[in-house]
Amino acid sequence: CTKKLDLLPTNDVTASQVYSTPEGYKQAFAKVYGAFALTGNKGPAGDDGTKDIQGIDEGTSDFFRLYWCAEELPTDEAVVGWGDVGLPDFHNMSWSSSNTFLTGLYYRCMYQITLANDFIRQSSDANLSSRGIKGTDADKVHQYVAEARFLRAYQYSILMDLFAAPPFVTENDPLGGPLPKQISRKDLFAYIESELKAIDAGLVDARGNEYGRADKAAAWALLARIYLNAEVYTGTAHYPDAVTYSKKVIDAGYSLVTDYTKLMRADNNLNKNEFILTINYDGLHTQSYGGATFMTHAPVGGSMPAADYGIAGGWAGLRTTKAFVNLFPGGASSADKRAQFYTDGQNIDINTISTFTDGYAISKFKDVKIDGGAPQSLDYADMDLPIFRLAEQYLIYAEATTRGGGGDAALALSYVNKLRARAYQSATTGQLTALTTDLLLDERGRELYWEGFRRTDLIRYKKFVEDTYLWPFKGGSKDGKGVESFRTVYPLPSADVTANPNLKQNTGY
Amino acid sequence: QTGSIKGKVSDETNLPLPGATVTIDGTTIGSTTDPNGNYAINNVKAGTYTLSVKFIGYITIKKSVTVSGATIENFSLLPESKSLSEVVVIGYGTQRKKDLSGAITNVTAKDFQKGVITTPEQLIAGKVAGVSVISNSGAPGAGSTIRIRGGASLSASNDPLIVIDGVPISNASISGAANPLSLINPNDIESFSVLKDASAAAIYGNRASNGVILITTKKGKSGKPVIDFSSQVSASKIPKEASVLSADQIRDYVKANGTAAQIAQLGTASTDWQKQIYQTGITTDNNISVSGATKHLPYRVSAGYLDQDGVLKTSSMQRITGAINLSPSFFTDHLKVNLNAKGAQVKQRFANEGAIGSAVSFDPTKPVYSGNSRFGGYWQWLNNPAQPGGPLKDLATLNPLGLLEQQDNRSTVYRSIGNLQLDYKFHFLPELHANVNLGYDVSKGTGHNIIPDSAASNYKGFLDTKGVTHRGLNNQYKQTQSNTIFEGYLSYAKDLKSIASHIDAVAGYSYQDFSITNYNFGNFAHDGTEQPGTQPVYPYDKPENRLISVYGRLNYVFEDKYILTGTVRRDGSSKFNPNQRFGTFPSVAFAWKLKEESMFKGITALSDLKLRAGYGITGQQDGIGNYDVISFYNLSTNTAQYQFGDSFYNLYRPGGYYALRTWEQTAATNVAIDFGFLDNRITGTVDYYHRKTSKLLNKIPQPAGTNFSNYIVANIGDLTSNGLELNLSADVIRTSDITWNVNLNATYNTNKITKLTLAPDPSYPGAPTGGISGGTGNTIQINSVGYSRNSFYVYQQVYGTDGKPLDGVYVDRNKDGIVNENDLYRYKSSDPKGYFGLSSNLNYKKWSAGFVARASVGNYVYNNVFSSSGTQLSVFNGIGILNNASTNLLESGMTGSFDKSRLSDYYIQNASFIRMDNVNVGYNFGKVFHNTGNLRLSANVQNVFVITKYKGLDPEVNTGIDNNLYPRPRTYVLGLNLSL
Repeated sequence: CTKKLDLLPTNDVTASQVYSTPEGYKQAFAKVYGAFALTGNKGPAGDDGTKDIQGIDEGTSDFFRLYWCAEELPTDEAVVGWGDVGLPDFHNMSWSSSNTFLTGLYYRCMYQITLANDFIRQSSDANLSSRGIKGTDADKVHQYVAEARFLRAYQYSILMDLFAAPPFVTENDPLGGPLPKQISRKDLFAYIESELKAIDAGLVDARGNEYGRADKAAAWALLARIYLNAEVYTGTAHYPDAVTYSKKVIDAGYSLVTDYTKLMRADNNLNKNEFILTINYDGLHTQSYGGATFMTHAPVGGSMPAADYGIAGGWAGLRTTKAFVNLFPGGASSADKRAQFYTDGQNIDINTISTFTDGYAISKFKDVKIDGGAPQSLDYADMDLPIFRLAEQYLIYAEATTRGGGGDAALALSYVNKLRARAYQSATTGQLTALTTDLLLDERGRELYWEGFRRTDLIRYKKFVEDTYLWPFKGGSKDGKGVESFRTVYPLPSADVTANPNLKQNTGY
Repeated sequence: QTGSIKGKVSDETNLPLPGATVTIDGTTIGSTTDPNGNYAINNVKAGTYTLSVKFIGYITIKKSVTVSGATIENFSLLPESKSLSEVVVIGYGTQRKKDLSGAITNVTAKDFQKGVITTPEQLIAGKVAGVSVISNSGAPGAGSTIRIRGGASLSASNDPLIVIDGVPISNASISGAANPLSLINPNDIESFSVLKDASAAAIYGNRASNGVILITTKKGKSGKPVIDFSSQVSASKIPKEASVLSADQIRDYVKANGTAAQIAQLGTASTDWQKQIYQTGITTDNNISVSGATKHLPYRVSAGYLDQDGVLKTSSMQRITGAINLSPSFFTDHLKVNLNAKGAQVKQRFANEGAIGSAVSFDPTKPVYSGNSRFGGYWQWLNNPAQPGGPLKDLATLNPLGLLEQQDNRSTVYRSIGNLQLDYKFHFLPELHANVNLGYDVSKGTGHNIIPDSAASNYKGFLDTKGVTHRGLNNQYKQTQSNTIFEGYLSYAKDLKSIASHIDAVAGYSYQDFSITNYNFGNFAHDGTEQPGTQPVYPYDKPENRLISVYGRLNYVFEDKYILTGTVRRDGSSKFNPNQRFGTFPSVAFAWKLKEESMFKGITALSDLKLRAGYGITGQQDGIGNYDVISFYNLSTNTAQYQFGDSFYNLYRPGGYYALRTWEQTAATNVAIDFGFLDNRITGTVDYYHRKTSKLLNKIPQPAGTNFSNYIVANIGDLTSNGLELNLSADVIRTSDITWNVNLNATYNTNKITKLTLAPDPSYPGAPTGGISGGTGNTIQINSVGYSRNSFYVYQQVYGTDGKPLDGVYVDRNKDGIVNENDLYRYKSSDPKGYFGLSSNLNYKKWSAGFVARASVGNYVYNNVFSSSGTQLSVFNGIGILNNASTNLLESGMTGSFDKSRLSDYYIQNASFIRMDNVNVGYNFGKVFHNTGNLRLSANVQNVFVITKYKGLDPEVNTGIDNNLYPRPRTYVLGLNLSL
């Protein structure tokens, strides 16, 4: 009689049903990637039952959107005019451990790690054999596992950079098991390093995978990135390793696309010669209010014609500060074509952050095709967002070399000049004759702005919290001011500190 | 010489009283009144007699009458006020009111709220101590939030269990119905029994924590057929508009504060947008019923038709209801059958309630119509006003009238509830009854939402695969629900005279299944083109849950003085893990009729005195998922795919789960005293209760990395509540010409969260709740340990010497030099500390008059209208248009450019109030149509006035967040009752 109480959902299935076929494995694997681009199981947004992250507006809970806010808003590169509670804390540099955006970002990263762990667990040899997955099907799953481990290492690298010492879980920690232990920033660095090296053999050769999936070059690119910042994370510099791994990427056959202004376009999947790994969006099939949709809508307002940006209308939020404009010689009308500012009706100075016309707008991201054609949708972007592209690897090689990492200085200079030749559309104008670290920080700003690097760069250059470099509204002051040094690391969210007594809050919070 | 005595017997409202007996004392001579209340005793010798007039539930009248010839003598009976013989419906049976040991309040038809009542729960608003019934809005058929003793839960459901004629109904909303209860015709309802404490409710086990409301519908009565017809017509208007700047005020404001470009945007019109969207709503409500008995078949058949127009244009509701009750007996009353079937069809048109906020915000210097045919002729903000054919201004406020008139959202909902109840009295053991109850509750809701392609609201539209834009909307929805119940119980009642005892026992079994089928549809443009990617992955979903239960009750009465009641229920629920899905819910109660003790017997002024005490454990399993005790994988929709290479894949996503989930559990104590004075002309009850809910179903953060959801409904937390209830009823005047009855109830209730996390953690601020408008994902309330539920969580505003709030300046409460989330504090709560109801009924001869008033004290409201439209930023916004503002802008001077200002305690306002719910007057014409039939006319005003300090439109906001509520109208009603 009590059997009548055993009810099952109509459409939802159990793990053993999902993982009974090779197709099921691929669809579950697709979620491990898809969680980068989507905010839930219903595009563009659903309800509490379909969204991935609770406690935050679903459209805001997107990985890239939150990561972008954490990396760009507390810097000279960006301000946002919206009054969402906690959002102005970024440029005011006054965030607390209950900040909704930081909490959402932390849980998004940990969620993607949890998904990867589950997928890796479901793909154990024992599970594969008991489910009859063998031969080339099993080989494919092994390759998926290597990529899931890469994605997990990538998310841990984000947590290491932003939150320093997150909880640590792998496929060996069962769901609902004991409370996760906290890992130190240094140990996490060592773990990421060893994981990325360990999966090298299992990953497809550079440029050998399906578009949108990681290969060996992606792992090298991530190694190069964490080595460049190793001193911040561990106290010990790893510039020679940064040189080695960025060189491996550079030598893998990538090349710069010819026109910088066409990097961020609706059909920029065509730019895969420069892109090492992208988050893939699609106006019809992959809809969210984050990622590329955010990057193409949030910066548009004032007199900017929406149609030029491939959108129905802008969200009138993001602009930049005068300090960033001034990185370009000649400011907004610089000969450097990377200076993509929209200035009509915009004031370069910011009086009120909530006023869109205060501060120049940025027109780098446009959801129109490279040939100017329309996207599939005016509401959800088609554009893909690169998380690794060749230009960054050039700059890593140059900086690590300049910082004494043992690379070839002439080669380093030539890499930077390749970027500048593209920027100035000239083999002569704009060419540099020597590199300095300070010059390279500015160059990174000009090349990589609004792609999610600035906070990490400023911290590495000791210009983030210090009063040696000020920009308008830094620390909430109109002229800018330095803030407490503990703010180079974000606080662990109080929600998780409460749920997991193993976690010790970061100093200062 | 013989004569006769004739006359009429009527009740306290001058309605005829059929079936009353009139007898001559000391003889067997007598008569029974006919359906018109008339009696006749013929062939009586002249002389003086004493006549007795009796009717169950009414005070017997004895009168000396001298008969000579045809004597006419009329009688007016008064109800036995709070009659001691009153029988009250309790869970699985009935009980005499005087034998009750639990906290049960019974409200019958004569005490219901009057006027246009379209949904049953409103009948008892303000009528029961400890029960608050607050309508959710003024929309036709809108539901109410019912809280019994404030509710025992936190983030799971606080709704009571509602049982209609023995069929527990699901609280699930029905697609297309504003409120599932609006499909029950209030005119078919005979009585409500509200089971408030654990000892009364525990027989409903794991659904009883928030109390139980038993609704009993009207049944047939013996006698000739009686036809009742009632008709009402009413007119509703909004009592007042939200206070916004006039066109001239906004012109002055923009000229004083705006840039040249903004001043240039001003128009020359003066439009009162709120006047444009509201209307006088006319409602008619007609009901007819026939009841009577043919031989052994008492019956009642009724039909009703309600046609209601809302005060917001384009909102309306038409309801057709029918009900039948047959209650035959067989085998010399050994088998009693009770068959109920109720059906309803509701056709509703839902207005786009976004128009309410738009009317507050839309620039009053703009005309309603643009003068051209674009956007259906409605004036809208354009990207470039110089280009009338150019694009619409994105994100701009839309023309409120256009929002209403360009949306056609209509539904048709059918619902039927019924049951067949068989009660068999055993021939060999008449004290033993077997009762079988088979019940069902089925509904089907379908609807469409059509928006023309000219509408600004869907101007964006979507591109088809060829790149052509399709606008407007042509969507449909459909849902069916099916709940079935089987119940069987045995009851045994026996007087054991030898030991001066009475026992009454019940034992039963229950099986109930709740199933919903939600059909999925794509998104369609007005021209019928399906939006790419919106085609559903699954055609439908069918969530279902079941309960299997056994229960029992034993009632023991000793010397008619001491009453002991024990109940127990064991519930099994499909919502929980197999190894922990059964729970046992016991209760015990004791009552002592002090009045029967010799020491009180002599006090004649004291007519009743009873002490009651009870304790019980109840559960609550509503408001949580049906299946999520294990992780299930769900396939993503076609708009949430991911691209590898050139292919898109639907994703399998594992869902969050909580394996250990179980019902929450409330242990409650109730101590009460019932009293009556002066032959029960004054009666009253005082109840004290203390409740502790543990294993709270509470959405709490999960340790990151251990679950697929960062928040999950777990069983962690404790909530206590205490309260005091008073009910007083007095027949202030009781003569044959005048009766005046006054009823007062008062409730004091507090609650406090005592635990929210596994281990105590003072650094945990609590669980945010109460989403507000403005920005994205902002909340204004919090549930924190040591505080009342739904406490506001706000910044402390700093004020200038002029008493105005200083914009963007808040108290740094933790004194760390920075004002951030760590400076938020808990300030007041939306839960009232006390609430009151006062009813009065006065009858003078053929006239009657009454009122019902309610009051609430200590409830605070977040004025979201002020915080979102009372700022400079709402006038001069980032979109580049002009908006109107609440007049609060002139008082506060807030710019709105600080993110924290919307979380300021400045916007938390005291919303204590007194509301006159209803004032009514009636006149009974008595006989019409050749001495048969009875006609009564009445007039009502509903929502007569509100006295409050609250600065928004209406202080009564369930959630505590006032954001452009559909206003509750003031309604003027004329009614007619005719019985034949």
